[in-house]
Amino acid sequence: MDHEQAVRQMTDIVARFTDYAGKHLPDDIMGKLTELRAAEGSPLARVVYDSMFDNLAMAAQLNRPCCQDTGVIQYYLKAGSRFPLLAEVRHILTEAAATATRTAPLRHNAVQIFEEKNTGTNTGERIPWIDWDIVPDSSGIEIEVYMAGGGCSLPGQGKTLMPAAGYEGIVAFVFEVMTTYGVNACPPLLVGIGIGGSIDVAANLSKRALFRPIGSRHPHPRGAAMELLLEKGLNEIGLGPQGLSGTNSVMGVHIETAARHPSTISVAISVGCWAHRRGTLRINDDLSYEILSHKGAQL
Amino acid sequence: MKKILTTPISDEALEGLSAGDIVYLDGYLVTCRDMPHRRLVDQGRPLPVDLRGLAIFHAGPIVARDGDDWRMVSIGPTTSMRMEVHEQEFIRQTGVKLIIGKGGMGPNTEAGCRDYKALHAVFPGGCAVLAASRVEEIERVEWLELGMPEAMWVCRVRGFGPLIISIDTRGNNLFEKNKRIFNARKVPAIEDISRQVRFIT
Repeated sequence: MDHEQAVRQMTDIVARFTDYAGKHLPDDIMGKLTELRAAEGSPLARVVYDSMFDNLAMAAQLNRPCCQDTGVIQYYLKAGSRFPLLAEVRHILTEAAATATRTAPLRHNAVQIFEEKNTGTNTGERIPWIDWDIVPDSSGIEIEVYMAGGGCSLPGQGKTLMPAAGYEGIVAFVFEVMTTYGVNACPPLLVGIGIGGSIDVAANLSKRALFRPIGSRHPHPRGAAMELLLEKGLNEIGLGPQGLSGTNSVMGVHIETAARHPSTISVAISVGCWAHRRGTLRINDDLSYEILSHKGAQL
Repeated sequence: MKKILTTPISDEALEGLSAGDIVYLDGYLVTCRDMPHRRLVDQGRPLPVDLRGLAIFHAGPIVARDGDDWRMVSIGPTTSMRMEVHEQEFIRQTGVKLIIGKGGMGPNTEAGCRDYKALHAVFPGGCAVLAASRVEEIERVEWLELGMPEAMWVCRVRGFGPLIISIDTRGNNLFEKNKRIFNARKVPAIEDISRQVRFIT
């Protein structure tokens, strides 16, 4: 296969995967929603969960995006330093997003800043957003595609605390955001928390936290404990599906961390709605691929 | 038995309904989110659709061309709170009777619903294919120059729901009530966790 053919083939794979990820939720999210649905008893909570599952079945059957808000498309990469198409990746992902926008079809969500015009292609200045992590000595690439609707992007916030506020300040901040903005963000939510020394670091980590499989834990025992405490505490508030009240509030709480400055603790929150359209695709150097997030998926 | 509201909706049809009730809609549903609210209320531009007795949907759909017609692919509610600043005046000027969206709205909309007899109801967020399946036909589109999400799509719907009433004609607000409960529960939860995360010593 020559270079040009390879670029076309990878573009086609990512386009089809982007299309697919807008229509099917990943396995771990489906499992968690099934578990949370079974725990609800009130008529309002039940009617909402019934609608959610009916909707997912219809989306799969009719081959349509399961939520109309297919987000501003983001790709988070773990790119092998020896992946042969590394230099073409931005071009490939941009083309793939535009193609999936036509094939799926996805809603047009890229509005150019200052011009205030929707491009109609889901591509625009720095969009699709691409986040790079280079993996030394690997020749493949792992791509997370993520579509977050506006509703669950609205709670996204960050704050830089003084050390005197402690981790207690993080807890208070998380609860404040969740009870103020979480209600409207389509609960049950996946809560991503980033902690570091400056706001940009915390914000990036909070988004990355949303890509961890449900139920995975922070590697530090205190981090893992804090995730569980927040999960339990937020569930005790009982936002329920769509904030209409119920037994639970969240699908999970994930914390990602970076060492901080002695004088600052920055915390940021990103939340994922129940229709958490995240997909993980691994492409090898020969362009064979594997879908890690949706077992048995056919593109 | 399913409670069904049919457009044009009369004030009497809304009288017995309370926040927390579930209803379904037959008739005309027009998408209307940020921009048409801005144009009517802030800029004084008349709407291209007469909304008297009808329902609006805070939603930006995905639609597809179907020959000369349009086909609804996916349509779900967007965050209603964004329209809160405009909604009271919007209800007054248009005579709209049912506002469908996602999440709660605030005191402006409560006053609008109470003074001009209207409801705010929630369609479950993210259930966009289910909602699209209840759209029988897109009769026309107005203000398409605003782009697909912001245009006003005039839809004929049948059995559109479930719609959970969040603000009734007496101004009762389900989400505000819930918020008070959530905030009360928040205090002991924060205290309990804070005791266990004193890692800076």
